[in-house]
Amino acid sequence: MELKEKMLSSFMVLEQELDLSSPVHDIRSESLKTFEEKGFPTNKLEAWKYTSIAKLLKNDYSLFPKKETTIELKDVKKYFLYEIDSYKVVFIDGIYSPFLSDTTHDGIDVCLLSAALSKPKYKKIIDKFFNQVADKEENLTALNTSFAKEGAYIYIPKSVVAEKPIQIIHFSTGEQGDFMLQPRSLVVAEENAQVQIIERHQSLAEHAVWTNAVTEIFADKNAIVDYYKIQNDRHDASLVDNTYIAQQSSSNVKVHTFSFGGKLTRNNLNFYQKGEHIDSTMKGITIIEDQQHVDHYTLVNHEQPNCESHQDYKGIYSDKAVGVFNGKIYVDQIAQKTNAFQQNNNILLDDKATINTKPQLEIFADDVKCSHGCTIGQLDEDALFYLRTRGIPKKEAKGLLTYAFANNVLESVAIPALKTRINKLIAMKLGVETGYDL
Amino acid sequence: MAYTEEELKKELETKEYEYGFYTDIESDTLPIGLNEDIVRAISKRKHEPEWMTQWRLEAFAAWKQMEEPEWANVHYKKPDFQAISYYSAPKKKDKYESLDEVDPELLETFNKLGISIDEQKKLAGVAVDIVMDSVSVATTFRDTLAEKGIIFCSISEAIKDYPELVKKYIGSVIPIKDNFYAALNSAVFSDGSFCYIPKGVRCPMELSTYFRINQAGTGQFERTLVIADEGSYVSYLEGCTAPSRDENQLHAACVELIALDDAEIKYSTVQNWFPGDKEGKGGVFNFVTKRGICHTNAKISWTQVETGSAVTWKYPSCILKGDNSIGEFYSIAVTNNYQQADTGTKMVHIGKNTRSTIISKGISAGKSQNSYRGLVQVNPKAKNARNFSQCDSLLMGNDCGAHTFPYIEARNNSAQIEHEATTSKIGEDQIFYCNQRGIDTEKAIALIVNGFSKEVLNKLPMEFAVEAQKLLEISLEGSVG
Repeated sequence: MELKEKMLSSFMVLEQELDLSSPVHDIRSESLKTFEEKGFPTNKLEAWKYTSIAKLLKNDYSLFPKKETTIELKDVKKYFLYEIDSYKVVFIDGIYSPFLSDTTHDGIDVCLLSAALSKPKYKKIIDKFFNQVADKEENLTALNTSFAKEGAYIYIPKSVVAEKPIQIIHFSTGEQGDFMLQPRSLVVAEENAQVQIIERHQSLAEHAVWTNAVTEIFADKNAIVDYYKIQNDRHDASLVDNTYIAQQSSSNVKVHTFSFGGKLTRNNLNFYQKGEHIDSTMKGITIIEDQQHVDHYTLVNHEQPNCESHQDYKGIYSDKAVGVFNGKIYVDQIAQKTNAFQQNNNILLDDKATINTKPQLEIFADDVKCSHGCTIGQLDEDALFYLRTRGIPKKEAKGLLTYAFANNVLESVAIPALKTRINKLIAMKLGVETGYDL
Repeated sequence: MAYTEEELKKELETKEYEYGFYTDIESDTLPIGLNEDIVRAISKRKHEPEWMTQWRLEAFAAWKQMEEPEWANVHYKKPDFQAISYYSAPKKKDKYESLDEVDPELLETFNKLGISIDEQKKLAGVAVDIVMDSVSVATTFRDTLAEKGIIFCSISEAIKDYPELVKKYIGSVIPIKDNFYAALNSAVFSDGSFCYIPKGVRCPMELSTYFRINQAGTGQFERTLVIADEGSYVSYLEGCTAPSRDENQLHAACVELIALDDAEIKYSTVQNWFPGDKEGKGGVFNFVTKRGICHTNAKISWTQVETGSAVTWKYPSCILKGDNSIGEFYSIAVTNNYQQADTGTKMVHIGKNTRSTIISKGISAGKSQNSYRGLVQVNPKAKNARNFSQCDSLLMGNDCGAHTFPYIEARNNSAQIEHEATTSKIGEDQIFYCNQRGIDTEKAIALIVNGFSKEVLNKLPMEFAVEAQKLLEISLEGSVG
């Protein structure tokens, strides 16, 4: 049975355990219709020109876990940012793990989307935000919406600052065979609220896993949201990560994406600026090898005047790795005084590595400053030579230079422990002995 | 009695017959519509050899299978391809008896551009009964060219006189199935230019269609083929800065350039077709396919100034096949009122040490939309390929749009690619500075726009550059709010 048909018939199985009378169910059925109409995206779509998911469709994924699996904390501790105190929302094969999690309802809500969707006390918020910013027409987002059931739910009320970061981790154990996950998360930061979130998808054993995630983030006036995505998965794990962000006046949202591994990773990152004086930042480091494929697809929709956006993506590709960057800046006619910057730098370390990049500007307002820059190149021969004259062997010298190339994206990481962790990861990936504690 | 489908078919058949495609009666224009018979008729009318007719038919068969592209960032009512007459004889009757009858607005533009009275008459389609200077100039030129062995004639003449050259190269850079408009052009092209520069010859003058008096009316479906043999050099000018009030709505031209080893072709275009009126009514649809191929050490340089046409869809490209070959693209695209332009280039790096440069300047004013769309592709074998791209957009007024869609594909780790794009408006302080020194705002804008496009204007041959500069001013007239 083709995967699409399987999805469609599985929906009926899903319906049996859901409350069919809730308005959310209407959203689900509506989305399923969209997906049925559109199917999986193909290379013929401009947005998927350089990334083919055809090879992901060949697996016979289970869509629902057959049984509940437990994992020992000691086995997976390394995937947590354990050095600091944090809230945790952990899922194993799509099922919430209370044992590994640390949720709260004290002042802020850090809990499960399934709870938020079913309990009346959250109804107001769900009605106001759920599926409001996610693209209703996008194939895979629609697919996720129709199966949206579980994920993290984070609500920060007005003028509250979440005192510790929140970690969202999805484990896939391989106990279910080839497996497809469709986590759905909702983050709402009310006026003046602040929150830091770290998200990670991790496969634990050899099996094909495809995660089709959707996260919606709403930042009200003056809210500050810091979101970090760590993608350092096994070589048989694929991820399509759709993130939709709606920002109100003077809010500040930063999304950092660290893509260090996985079979196929596609990041759809969409910012919608709904007020004035908004700051949106998206930064990323991609370091991949073998036949890995990472695609960053970003959109910044400047709908209102006096806003800013900053994009900075660095990529380092070796072996037969393929990197894709597609960044679109849209400036509406009324969005005067927009400052939009986009930077994409890439280094190809090997002959067979490929990079496809398409930075786009669509501008309808005249009083704007928009720029994009894109480079593809190699390490600076002179710098390399300089280091070697100082007695640093070629391999180390190369490592140091690539390390330096990627490193400046890290400057805006606001959680010191995370910064150290990523720094180590980069050093490890590039085979650099930094010799000092970062 | 009911009218059956069978009868309709029969009637249509006889109708077509009535028009008599195979009769020898000279008529200026073929009936409207497009089918195999029309393609045959065009070929027959031009006394083409059988292989050419077959080639056209093949293109037509391919075209029938194709769909009009929709990916470009332009919106227009699609032309009805069955409502066009695909061949009209170039000998048109002069439209006017004297200059007094010509639209005064047009004459004013001529004066601004500094075009001589005789040329004005020719361009406006006024009967000229005295021998014009340029005719004799053209004859002199022809002699000089012939001495060097340069062939410069219309493509129809070339098909008859140099069939082996045409047969070898036509469609070699733009295959007939390349795209919708190229296929259409291949099937129905009426005429165009053919140019061959022999080995090691440096063409002593700028070649221009303008001097080929007998080819004044270029037609809707122009086909140009330029071949520069080993070690030769040619600079080719296309178009004219003077506005041309062409009544044809659809233009689908094809230009193929072949630069053999060590050859260099410089191709400059100034396009100033009717852009439609201030309300966006009318205007020419300009769907052009231009492509050149560079063999070892060869160089192709495209320079274009695009100010006319209601809709422009044009991507002059270079295939850098040979090692050490060079591709260049310099473009200024100006859109005003309701004009739409989606233009750019493709640089396909295949050979080793290939280099390409892209400088694109877009200026949008009024309610126009101006897009740059380009591709830089570095193939796995293109060691040490180098590309530099720069796309700058200037927005004037709040109702226009400027867009950039650069595609960059690198499959080689020794490639070095840089791309940068900026979008901005004319600084108020810049204008203020000019005003302060007694330069009025309109002049100031012209000055600033000229500065903005200087990098490209510099690449144009001298005479062209001066006119192009004036043209920019005229195109943007009245766009300052």
